[in-house]
Amino acid sequence: MIEVALHLEYRDLPIDVEFAASARCVALFGDSGAGKTTVLNAIAGLVRPQSGRIVLDGQVLFDHASGVDVAPAAREVGYVFQDGRLFRHLSVRANLLYGAHARRRPVAGLDRIVDLLDLGSLLGRRPLDLSGGERQRVAIGRALLSQPRVLLLDEPLTGLHREARVQVLEHLRRLKQELGIATLLVSHQPDEVAALADEVVLMRAGRTVARLDVVAFVASQPPVRNGIPA
Amino acid sequence: MNPLSPAEWEALSLSLRVGVLSVIVSLPFALGLAWLLSRARFPGRILIEAALFLPLTLPPVVTGYALLVLFGRHGWIGEWLGQIGIVFAFRWTGAVLAACVMGFPLLVLSIRVAFDMVDRRLERAAETLGASTWRRFVTIVLPLSSRGIVAGGVLAFARAFGEFGATITFVSSIPGETRTLPIAIYELISLPGGEGGVQRLTLVALGVAFAATLVAALLGGTLWGRRQHD
Repeated sequence: MIEVALHLEYRDLPIDVEFAASARCVALFGDSGAGKTTVLNAIAGLVRPQSGRIVLDGQVLFDHASGVDVAPAAREVGYVFQDGRLFRHLSVRANLLYGAHARRRPVAGLDRIVDLLDLGSLLGRRPLDLSGGERQRVAIGRALLSQPRVLLLDEPLTGLHREARVQVLEHLRRLKQELGIATLLVSHQPDEVAALADEVVLMRAGRTVARLDVVAFVASQPPVRNGIPA
Repeated sequence: MNPLSPAEWEALSLSLRVGVLSVIVSLPFALGLAWLLSRARFPGRILIEAALFLPLTLPPVVTGYALLVLFGRHGWIGEWLGQIGIVFAFRWTGAVLAACVMGFPLLVLSIRVAFDMVDRRLERAAETLGASTWRRFVTIVLPLSSRGIVAGGVLAFARAFGEFGATITFVSSIPGETRTLPIAIYELISLPGGEGGVQRLTLVALGVAFAATLVAALLGGTLWGRRQHD
């Protein structure tokens, strides 16, 4: 369960967002520049709102009124950045284990995540030797193995070629089915949202304008044209 | 050309020892200060930056005199240190201290440039994975700037190896104790029949200095504008 109510100005764009969601996968959907990633950054603690409140599973992560602002390292979110941001000096295996080591927790579920994301043959390789799709799968695995309470996916398929998009999307669907982890997906691609989300929060020019279930969202969209199955 | 005489070997060996030790002693302080200058914003930062470069801009004899005033047997700090058995004046340890001071700006500058070139987004990613500031420094920043750090160390070594003015002012020229290679050259110049020794030591100094700057250029290249980790 995540509750977000925040106001901030980011690069001259005022962002006023308010939503609460309990679905397994919630999508923040809107055009580029609508402020979706900034909302994700605020949830992760990488951007500080000027006012508002963010609550995750009953824990207040940010509350301007009472001065609560939990440090990003302590928020226990698994952030998958649009550009992956793998640690290029570390092997894939070391990247995957980074979060568990940083949080000083026993590594749990490595084999399962490696299996679900088909990372077995990549473990000894370096990020610079991976394709775009492989890098993004490693980034997803790295976020999951940090044992987060919520997975934040920022346009995880952007920049991938068609085949890699289909592959990563399929992996994300498997993860949703197998792990059932709460996920907040940021996307401007209707087909991604239709394939992964249960609920959709629509954003336009920095504001939340509607909240729909995914069936209503799909019905509101023009037909899918890029061939990725919904 | 004759091989080096025992006195010349002694001077060379002392200069090498002073150079290596000065870098080892300075490195933790340089890493800390470079980190502050690269990452922190605080009042008085510009004053610290200006003070940092004083050893490069002041006449070395003034730096040596300042060291004498501070760390001499009756100096402000030296007298106090003397009571606990730490003496710098007219000791080889004083030559190390002078070399530390003279090489410090080069070391800090090089490391700072290396820190500045580390992709901050990787640090942010590590933060969301639960890494503390210290852990991010050790696991992300240090490895990704290691070439720049080593390059800075080599440059600082070269500076320390060639240090003359501050050293002779602070610790004078005592054979086997404080008579470093540059001081030995200086004394041989004024000695009748010292030309051979001057030429031998000059060649040695030239070789060491050129090797050091070559290694620095090959390793980091940061001071010459080439990006690391391409």
